[in-house]
Amino acid sequence: MSGGFAGFAIRRILAAIPTLFGVTLIVFFMVRMLPGDPARLLAGLNATDEEVNHIRVQLGLTRPVPVQYEIFIENLMRGDLGQSVVTQAPVSYEIGTRFPATALLAATATVMSVILGIASGIMVSTRQYTAADYLVTVLALAGISIPVFWGGLMLMVLFSVALHLLPAGGDAGPTSLILPSIALSAFALATIERQTRSSMLETLHQDYVRTARAKGLGQGVVVYRHALRNALIPVITVAGLQFATLLGGAILTERTFSWPGIGTLLVNAIQARDYPIIQGVVLLFAITFLVVNLVVDILYGYIDPRIRYG
Amino acid sequence: MATSTRAFDTVDARPEREFHHPLAVLRRFWRNKTAVAGLTVVFVLAVSAALASAILPYNPDTADFNAVLQGPTPAHLFGTDQLGRDLLTRVVYGGRFSLAIGVIAVAGALAIGVPLGLVSGYYGGVVDLVIQRVMDVVLAFPGFLLALTLISLLGVGLPNVIISVAVSTMPVYVRLIRGVTLSARELTYVESARSIGMQDWRIMLRHVLPNTTAPLIVQSTIQIGVAILTAAGLGFLGLGVKPPTPEWGTMLGDAVNYLLSSWFIAAFPGLAIFLSVMAFNLLGDGFRDALDPRMKVL
Repeated sequence: MSGGFAGFAIRRILAAIPTLFGVTLIVFFMVRMLPGDPARLLAGLNATDEEVNHIRVQLGLTRPVPVQYEIFIENLMRGDLGQSVVTQAPVSYEIGTRFPATALLAATATVMSVILGIASGIMVSTRQYTAADYLVTVLALAGISIPVFWGGLMLMVLFSVALHLLPAGGDAGPTSLILPSIALSAFALATIERQTRSSMLETLHQDYVRTARAKGLGQGVVVYRHALRNALIPVITVAGLQFATLLGGAILTERTFSWPGIGTLLVNAIQARDYPIIQGVVLLFAITFLVVNLVVDILYGYIDPRIRYG
Repeated sequence: MATSTRAFDTVDARPEREFHHPLAVLRRFWRNKTAVAGLTVVFVLAVSAALASAILPYNPDTADFNAVLQGPTPAHLFGTDQLGRDLLTRVVYGGRFSLAIGVIAVAGALAIGVPLGLVSGYYGGVVDLVIQRVMDVVLAFPGFLLALTLISLLGVGLPNVIISVAVSTMPVYVRLIRGVTLSARELTYVESARSIGMQDWRIMLRHVLPNTTAPLIVQSTIQIGVAILTAAGLGFLGLGVKPPTPEWGTMLGDAVNYLLSSWFIAAFPGLAIFLSVMAFNLLGDGFRDALDPRMKVL
């Protein structure tokens, strides 16, 4: 049993390696595909010829492309992603200083959407076709349709501008986290709720659940001990996929609330054509997403043994 | 985009329906009130955008410095923006851009994604492996990030927004069509077509492709909503359609600076995005329920 799982996990990790390779290739070619001299693009438009030459030598841009890629990977392994064109600080420093803010926002939104999404999904699945069910269904539909930035702006208008209850932006203490995480979690929360509801409804109609009820078990035991365990399996996949939405949404949410995270860094970098920063952030996002997907995949195989031998 | 926005509603599934007569499908669709509501909203938005110049008294780009940032009044139902332009007019005109971007981007994604998915599923083997590995890499850049990365390389502007959104949507179709093709390939009539020596491309077009129609209709409807959201997100970040084009996301991005005094300038363009995305979601759900409630959509 455990041997089967370890083998499954190892196969999954190995299968992710070509994708990781592809991701580094794309980020490597990003700047080289653009019209113009990559050395000048990476040094910045205001750089002196000397600085441009320095970058050219440093990255081996006069040498064959495979050698350039080797240098790129070697630098990457050492955490060297180059220097910001704007601030001249190392890309790893720029990302590192903003990472905690984004991680905090994403983690809060993830926890909120998973807990509230599953809880509300379970709640309405045992009350199908009641007022509560319809209300939650409508709210969930709104949740998957609302643009994260507009939701954020409207929360700001209501709670900051009109009611003066919460800060409108920036990162000034725990209260400034409330509105951005609500805005960011809306979509994931709604999606998880929809999946939990339909998955629970399906499970609650199955024979073994009816058997459990027939032998006189209480509602709580039937719902939580019998139905929930099976119903949660597809929810895990959907929740894992939501991470992609959260990463994308975080960029927009950070911009909306002037949250000092990686999303803001990326948007500013795109506007300033700060390619080393763009490369670094895109790479970080893609690798984070790959790792999260891998963990979800492996977790899925751990929870549902049927998957492993598929 | 790997993001699944759909819950697989299997509970309400009625017994197996083998054949879907178009009229029966249509009848089931019309009985579904929320789906018809979605269709109505899409229809109203599209028609008003098309007839904008005939039904509205203002020009979307004409500034009026005597009427800057006015709240909603009978003369300006949605108020005016920082240049005194009528917001209702701009929101209605904005539908031309936002809806068109959504539809064209999805059409572009279909045009690339469907053939790739067909070939990948039909031939299998090395072809499939290569296409799927490439898709894995593309999908490693989650949805919005992919569109954002592309726009950062291509530069802003309407055509590039459409290209970015189309490319970021395309993998969904490759996955979807490949899945349907894999199972359709095993069908008896496909096998017999192959046994009488029909060419592969004809089998794909005549016998495999029709199987993908229902999932394609449902997925594309929902995907138009996602495309509108993505394009609006780019616009909001100032990386979409260039101002003064009245695109909904771009309008919202401008509105941020005036939020403290003038809530309406952000409220209405966003409401338009929200309503149209919700309408396409309802419409997609309605198509799915009418065609096959157990259909899985990515």
